[in-house]
Amino acid sequence: MARTAVTILAACGLVALAGCGQPTSGTRPSGGGRARTVTIKGSDTMVILCQRWAEIYMHHNPGVTVQVTGGGSGTGIAALINGGTDICAASRPMKDKEKEQIKARHGKDTTEIPVALDGLTVYVNDANGVEQLTRLELAAIYQCRITDWKDVGGAPGRIVCYGRENSSGTYQYFKEHVLQNKDFATEVQSLPGTAAIINAVLKDKSAIGYGGKGYETKGVKELRVSTKAGEPGTLPSLDNVLTGAYPLSRKLFFYTAGEPAGEAKAFIEWVLGEEGQKVCEQVGYYPMPRK
Amino acid sequence: MRAGGVLSDAPEVTSEAARATTGADARVTTSPLVRKSGGAVSDRIAAYLIRGCACLAIVSLVLIFVFIGKEALPVFTSGEVRQEAGMTRLFLPAAEKPAFAWQPVSEPPRYSLLPLLLGTLKVTLIAVVVAIPLAVAAALFTSEFAPPWLREIIKPAIELLAGIPSVVIGFFCLMVVAGWLQQAFGWTFRLNAVTAGSGLSLAVIPIVYTMAEDAFTAVPRAFREGSLAMGASRWQTAWRIVLPASSAGLLAACVLGFGRAIGETMIVLMASGNAAVLSLSPADSVRTFSATIAAELGEVVVGSSHYHVLFFIGAFLFVLTFLTNLAGHWWIGRLQRRLQGAS
Repeated sequence: MARTAVTILAACGLVALAGCGQPTSGTRPSGGGRARTVTIKGSDTMVILCQRWAEIYMHHNPGVTVQVTGGGSGTGIAALINGGTDICAASRPMKDKEKEQIKARHGKDTTEIPVALDGLTVYVNDANGVEQLTRLELAAIYQCRITDWKDVGGAPGRIVCYGRENSSGTYQYFKEHVLQNKDFATEVQSLPGTAAIINAVLKDKSAIGYGGKGYETKGVKELRVSTKAGEPGTLPSLDNVLTGAYPLSRKLFFYTAGEPAGEAKAFIEWVLGEEGQKVCEQVGYYPMPRK
Repeated sequence: MRAGGVLSDAPEVTSEAARATTGADARVTTSPLVRKSGGAVSDRIAAYLIRGCACLAIVSLVLIFVFIGKEALPVFTSGEVRQEAGMTRLFLPAAEKPAFAWQPVSEPPRYSLLPLLLGTLKVTLIAVVVAIPLAVAAALFTSEFAPPWLREIIKPAIELLAGIPSVVIGFFCLMVVAGWLQQAFGWTFRLNAVTAGSGLSLAVIPIVYTMAEDAFTAVPRAFREGSLAMGASRWQTAWRIVLPASSAGLLAACVLGFGRAIGETMIVLMASGNAAVLSLSPADSVRTFSATIAAELGEVVVGSSHYHVLFFIGAFLFVLTFLTNLAGHWWIGRLQRRLQGAS
């Protein structure tokens, strides 16, 4: 019996040692045989969109591999500068300084390709009397500096904030653009998915939540959002998002160093084509306006 | 018995063994298997296979722990990770406000584990406090008082509860139970520790019930008959004889229920609100260890301090349940020795 135990332990130890010997990061492809690979790195917000694009594109073109990695727009831009990715996905425009870095490193100009539009929507319960909020009020609510609806023109009652998990791109966008990169209050409840947020807002008269435009249903109300106090707020309709009148609307970009070439070019052309743009709406974003 | 023939033929061995476990003449049939066979190769292979299966469980357990431990280790060893998520930052109050915050995407990230630990314990405690009395009472009723036909309905019904996927229970809590509880108690937050805890108790009840029922059934008939013969009522027999006599089994049921509650992910992820607030109130939202791992591991950057902290949480949960089980077993052993000494 003792001998058996020793054998087992030895086997465990051996396997454990073998496991330790391997490098931890296994994300890079080891085989260099496949030439037709496109890598996309960057924005977390766009990971779902890019993955869907990649899936469908790979389905149509069996020989091509499209690798999608998140990590944030900053990570993607850094990777483009260092030459670690073919395409950088970013939910914010690239800064001039970053473009200069790419020029210095690669001797090429950066190509900016807007691929989709996004209008982040703020939801409240239908029974809520509040119709519009300024961006600063929204920030104060999600940092628990305003905790009562009566302070923003509603009926008295505690504001219950719902948000997304911190792995979510929507969370990142809201944090960047509404909270100006400050932290959410710890009291903000995070739910797994926009659908859960919408459901919570539906059930809870004192709730506020945010999420994609596509999730609107009966029983919840979209809030008008304004940039400054006193200005009329706007709704995230297609027109308002297109003109930029809605403060939480933004373009989602692809960046490449120099003109896109080879397989990346074919992929980007497909993304901007009819089928690629249709995917935007399935995922909850708006397609780019047709010229 | 035709011992030699049985042993040289593997299929027949298994059929004999199967009959042995079910049949009444178990002892007679198994005896040739227990005896040294002396040379039947297939028999020896079968024995090794069975032993291998048993060892596989242990090996995989050890390997899982080695893997989690390896990924969690940088929290202690890597200088870079320790700067952002050393032990002091994980457990001690920070200088900024709030002192204990779980804000892994903040600049700089903040990884205080205390709100998560408190949340996990709060939800688990609520689930266990709700589930154990209900499950034990139900088991006592079915084994001691219920007429056979009723027992045949209740037992499968409760055991069927274990078959409900936890995501369904979580969804039910999120959609329905949260509304009921909020209306009944007038809480500000729909999703809170009690909502999640009561959902969790639905997952714990079948486990505790089944184990408790087995424990009650295992109490020798002679105990009950003796008690009834002495003039005790059925209620007295159940309360004073059957319950204490099965205490070891009941404790095992509780330990298993606790383990299930602390590790359950989907129900708490959906019904607890996931806000990492440091509060003792059961009406506040909570964020548990398991829900944190589930929500954040999917998109974390591999090799970042956030990644290693999540694995540290996993290892911490593993050790926590392991210690609970260990303590439970020690206590069960003590109870059993005492009972055997008394009888």
